[in-house]
Amino acid sequence: MSEYAVELEEVSKHFGPVVAVDRVSLTIRDGEFFSLLGPSGCGKTTTLRLIAGFEIPTEGTVYIEGKPQGETPPYRRPVNTVFQNYALFPHMTVYQNVAFGLEMRKVPKREIRQRVLEALEMVRLPGMEDRRPNQLSGGQQQRVALARALVNRPKVLLLDEPLGALDLKLRKAMQLELKALQHRVGITFIYVTHDQEEALTMSDRIAVMNEGRVLQVGTPQEIYERPANRFVADFIGETNFLPGQVVEATGEQVVVLVDGQMPIRVPAVEAVTTGRWVTIAVRPEKIALHAQPPDPQAISGEVEEVIYGGTDTRYQVRLTPETVITVRQQNAQVGEAVVFPVGSRVYLSWPPEAARLLTE
Amino acid sequence: MKGRTAKAQGARRRGRWLNRLLTLHGIAGYLFLYAPIVILVIFSFNASRFMASWGGFTLAWYGKLLGNELIGAALKNSIIVAGTATLVSTIFGTMVALAMSRYNFWGKLAFDALLYLPIIIPDIAMAVMLPLFFVLSRTQLGLPTIIISHIAFNISFVAVVVRARLAYFDVTLEEAAQDLYANEWQTFRRVTLPLIMPGILGGALLAFTLSLDDFVITFFTAGVGSTTLPLRIYSMIKLGITPEINALSSLMLIASMTLVLLSLFLQKGGGGKIEIV
Repeated sequence: MSEYAVELEEVSKHFGPVVAVDRVSLTIRDGEFFSLLGPSGCGKTTTLRLIAGFEIPTEGTVYIEGKPQGETPPYRRPVNTVFQNYALFPHMTVYQNVAFGLEMRKVPKREIRQRVLEALEMVRLPGMEDRRPNQLSGGQQQRVALARALVNRPKVLLLDEPLGALDLKLRKAMQLELKALQHRVGITFIYVTHDQEEALTMSDRIAVMNEGRVLQVGTPQEIYERPANRFVADFIGETNFLPGQVVEATGEQVVVLVDGQMPIRVPAVEAVTTGRWVTIAVRPEKIALHAQPPDPQAISGEVEEVIYGGTDTRYQVRLTPETVITVRQQNAQVGEAVVFPVGSRVYLSWPPEAARLLTE
Repeated sequence: MKGRTAKAQGARRRGRWLNRLLTLHGIAGYLFLYAPIVILVIFSFNASRFMASWGGFTLAWYGKLLGNELIGAALKNSIIVAGTATLVSTIFGTMVALAMSRYNFWGKLAFDALLYLPIIIPDIAMAVMLPLFFVLSRTQLGLPTIIISHIAFNISFVAVVVRARLAYFDVTLEEAAQDLYANEWQTFRRVTLPLIMPGILGGALLAFTLSLDDFVITFFTAGVGSTTLPLRIYSMIKLGITPEINALSSLMLIASMTLVLLSLFLQKGGGGKIEIV
């Protein structure tokens, strides 16, 4: 038995000339909440369908519990799917929908009854057995879809943007509920979403995808704090990008000249050589603003715009004629916080490890 | 202010006048369509033998109809033809519709166009070609040749009706079934078939009605002893229109209307969103 619930080995999927999934390798651990995150068309849904068996890889192998799946049809795979539009059978009652998988596997009638009622209890929908899907709200349909999948006690549950059709408030509530549910049942969840916030709050680990490829796999903190490249840094949260040329590379630190006039020191993450063009990535909330220079090398700029946003205030600070940087200051103090008016000169500082050097 | 009121009143009056004209137009249209049918039904209860005069109410013609052995035999033939043709064409028509909506294959567009052909081309064209086909294949004309001919045009009608239903079919439902351990056959039987069943039944009823009513194609493909009801009526009419024919026509009218209404009801109902165009 493998320690991995699902493993993808150099899996590609071509649709004619279109490469939907491009040599993707992933290992998803037993009991993990794993998200596939990316913009629409990045191949995340196709990857999920490859695991479910709705698509067969053009190249590479999908393993479920260590077993290569080859061309195994969906009905012989120990996984169940929660579809984006729920795909509840409209001609069946809630009970019949949830019982369907168990009936197909010839589970005795009495056991079916018990397990269906348990599953409906688990998703907090007791007493709804005789309703038809079209008599339920979106949130309730969502729960039926979950119950219909979970009642089979799959090894892996695949979820394709299951909260996409719900309104914001319900979505937030369902996020917490799903996470709690996953803890309780201990099943591996593979969760497809384009919502980075959703992925960050729910996942144990995230794979960020773009154009059919996996760009980075890591915990939410790793992905947020140490994005591997510009796409990940840009897609997850908000980031300032400062392009420049390396003018000094001495072991631990690198000096990058931004816009040909502003030297910025960043920790070296990999071997970079003098003269190379790089990008510095800094999250807006990691930057502190000061009226006086905190150290002699601090860079400075002019406040162009101040946007008060309740929990925080956003500043747009012009550093050079070409570069404007966004800064977010928490409004943690009670009453009026220190506000830098438009037009004032400010000095910027950030912890050295907050700035990432991106070489791509 | 006053001028405007007068103007508005004028417009309102003109509107009312137009409305009346439209109503009249509607009534005239429906009269044109249904008056002959209504007259036919009324005269089926006419005690007088002649169309020209009303001799009082009677059910005698309906009674006489029941005792007519020739009509009984023709009715039996019609039901055999319509029943068999409907059964076969519903199965094949449904299969065609499924194949056309699911798969892409070489020559699909041409095949699609050919499928509509029996609906579009005049009956007489088919009626002339079919006996030729039977003569060439040395088939004796009779009930089987009528049935084969009816299947030939009914498949198209069934396929079109079932395809309309399939156009609204969500394929992820089949994926969901397969995800829940149903193999291809179980998926078809438990999910696909029940969901398109209203379309299939609607198509079948339409096929049955068309087959029951058909005259032209049947006339050309019938042989000795395979007279169907419409053919029998035609041969009776040659001897003059009797109230007996009126009674028979009235009964066929009721049967056809019931079937068509049932067909429309089934296509519309069953949780589907099919609009009758």
